[in-house]
Amino acid sequence: MRALLTVSGVSKAFGGLQALSDISLQVHRGEIFGLIGPNGAGKTTLFNAFTGLYTIDRGEIHLNDTRLDGRKPHQVLQAGLARTFQNIRLFAEMTALENVLVGRHARTASGVVGAVLRLPATRREEADSRERAHALLHRMGLAKHAHRLAKNLPYGDQRRLEIARALATEPSLLALDEPAAGMNKAERTALRELLLQLQADGLTLLLIEHDVKLVMGLCTRLAVLDYGVKIAEGTPDVVSRDPRVIAAYLGDEAL
Amino acid sequence: MSSVPSLNKAQPRWLVFGLLALGLALLPFLVDAGLGRSWVRLLDLALLYVMLALGLNIVVGYAGLLDLGYVAFYALGAYVYAWLASPHFGLHLPFWVILPLGAMLAGMFGVLLGTPTLRLRGDYLAIVTLGFGEIIRIFLNNLNAPVNITNGPQGINLIDPVRLGSFSLSQPHEVFGYTFTGVHLTYYLFLLLTLAVIFISMRLENSRIGRAWVAIREDEIAAAATGINTRNLKLLAFAMGATFGGLAGGLFASFQGFISPESFNLMESIMILCMIVLGGMGHIPGVIFGALLLTLLPEVLRYTGDWQRNLFGQIYVDPADLRMLLFGLALVAVMLYRPAGMIPSARRRQEFADAKG
Repeated sequence: MRALLTVSGVSKAFGGLQALSDISLQVHRGEIFGLIGPNGAGKTTLFNAFTGLYTIDRGEIHLNDTRLDGRKPHQVLQAGLARTFQNIRLFAEMTALENVLVGRHARTASGVVGAVLRLPATRREEADSRERAHALLHRMGLAKHAHRLAKNLPYGDQRRLEIARALATEPSLLALDEPAAGMNKAERTALRELLLQLQADGLTLLLIEHDVKLVMGLCTRLAVLDYGVKIAEGTPDVVSRDPRVIAAYLGDEAL
Repeated sequence: MSSVPSLNKAQPRWLVFGLLALGLALLPFLVDAGLGRSWVRLLDLALLYVMLALGLNIVVGYAGLLDLGYVAFYALGAYVYAWLASPHFGLHLPFWVILPLGAMLAGMFGVLLGTPTLRLRGDYLAIVTLGFGEIIRIFLNNLNAPVNITNGPQGINLIDPVRLGSFSLSQPHEVFGYTFTGVHLTYYLFLLLTLAVIFISMRLENSRIGRAWVAIREDEIAAAATGINTRNLKLLAFAMGATFGGLAGGLFASFQGFISPESFNLMESIMILCMIVLGGMGHIPGVIFGALLLTLLPEVLRYTGDWQRNLFGQIYVDPADLRMLLFGLALVAVMLYRPAGMIPSARRRQEFADAKG
């Protein structure tokens, strides 16, 4: 099947607030799937449900044949779904290189004994991790920042570093929560290039974004959330003409 | 980064190591000659605290878990040693059996006490671990009835010194005409084990495990979302820290020959924590420096009593009070002017270099 991520009937309530109601959608292999909607529509909640930060009340989430709901965040990542955060969450007191190396954690195995005795397997693994991390930093244009603390990087570079860290985990699906937030025009253009490049490399992308122009130009398909309900799904062309989407964004009077 | 040192850099490095080794080997004799036998004993104690501080550093410095009950593991190691090598139960097992056993048992207790605290952070974790530390101490204080296990507040006496065959660390030995006293020999044993603890800490710090700990300290949610099994790694940190604590406890018991619950109170936990904070949290040289400073400084301050008497004819400030006063001032000053500790980590120094370049 072409579907990489299958979400069926997912609901989540916080007390009396129904944050997600019966959401179903499919993200296909190789596409850039956009998740849009007004503030408070439930986009980030859905992301947190995917990545094991929230437990869902009803429904199922599958990545390939692996069921994701009910799993811990690190298990979700192990299954191949990596994410970034809306408010950047880097390891502030670690260098850029170390941040990316942490991304290798799930794909490496050395334990205490290996680390203390520096066994051959551990050395090989460490060398491989460092090589991959340097390559990723280079690709993201962060090579010159490798030994700087993450917290001291310029804002746009912090965003890129978070993506580099996620890529280090070798995901099959990369979920980006508002990657362009707070970026200037040049940074946005660079980000767009980067995402298209990643897609060309065979990665499937899922992104939440407020910048409608960016989303419309970039995404293969979109889903629109409003008050925790999916109101539309399809190609940018179709979605942008959907009267319910227009109503959600501009108010009912606009119709 | 530093995995392939160039040749011209490697040579002075070995020279430094060689001189350091020589210095450490001669240290007890220099101290004995210059300051007296009691200072060699103090040196032994300082090494013990270096081990303890490095153990707690794994939990607090690396993984960022504020543990105020650390002394419980120190106590456990000490009591295991006392039970298995004293007339209390009539057991006299060799030290190379008991020390690892005590360290392992303490490590197991680290996991046991760590498990219920996994969901707690910051202040809440500190309060619960403080409680655990007190529970262990109170247990030790009261487990003398109905079956006498700990001998209560009287503690356990006549604990065997470290002994290998007929070679006991409590008696002087003559080698090449030099007399090595008990405290001298103990120094070498403690130094060896301290170096081992330093070595393990260093290797762990620069490994997949060490990075995962720091990641958890920096942002637990991001760490989990980056594929780190936060539960297992936090427990591993508790276990490693407790193991070092247990090891130091066993050595303490053999060194003192007597232990009682009084030695393992909350103040002890706080002192070890202060060593880390003062020296430089998460940074091995800083932690070592902090441990040495806080063990040796109070002894130096004792002399201020004599100085006062010589200068003014009487003692105005009790050295014990002075110690607490200076201690508080030092902590406040460090927090104000060097929040990363007296010897901050290389990462920060790297940062300064970046800022200049």
